[in-house]
Amino acid sequence: MRVTVRLFARLRDLAGSGEIVRDFDGPATVHSVWRALVAEIPALEEYERTMSVAVNADYSRMSAAVSDGDEVAFLPPVSGG
Amino acid sequence: MTPAVLDLPALSQEVVEGRSGDGAVASFIGLVRDHNQGRRVSFLDYEAYEPLAVRALGRISDEVRQAWPDTRVGVHHRIGRIDIGEPSVIIVAVSPHRANAFAACRYTIERIKQIVPIWKHEHFEGGDVWLEGATADPDDESARQAAYRIACA
Repeated sequence: MRVTVRLFARLRDLAGSGEIVRDFDGPATVHSVWRALVAEIPALEEYERTMSVAVNADYSRMSAAVSDGDEVAFLPPVSGG
Repeated sequence: MTPAVLDLPALSQEVVEGRSGDGAVASFIGLVRDHNQGRRVSFLDYEAYEPLAVRALGRISDEVRQAWPDTRVGVHHRIGRIDIGEPSVIIVAVSPHRANAFAACRYTIERIKQIVPIWKHEHFEGGDVWLEGATADPDDESARQAAYRIACA
């Protein structure tokens, strides 16, 4: 199944891209998508404890299941206003 | 969410429209300032996850409605490059009486800083840095209560 990963702010800078498409075999969770990403781009790992996650532009959790075609976003701590 | 220059009178008019029972409008304007943590700031570049930012702002509006049932709030947040002295966010709260209008306005800016996926990329003399504040968790009830307490202080 195909998942689109969205990265923002410093996570995007570290990855060198704000949108990454990857294929996964079998069931995936937000956490497994994240671990695959960190395996590819180890510099991202420092955000594991402080980031938030979203699935299809709705806040979610690391344990949430991911389906084919989903957009999974990893969000560093926010600084709007 | 918009890359355009923010217009407080227009937002005020929109929020007040049709609310003839209201006697109080409170507003907040957040400006880009020229210093931060000892750095001389040149400008800020704001990035957002727009669909989620809009959804999070809607949630804050719903929270206002629950906390102060007679009060409504409107928010516009700008993204992209914003120069010193220009507004990055404007908030308008309208209510029959001033206490709830002020409280809802303050609550809204506190919650924006907690849960709306927007990031400041600060460009200062000698470099640039992504500012990182709160880990966004809209279900964190203690954060929501902290915003409420500040709003009603």
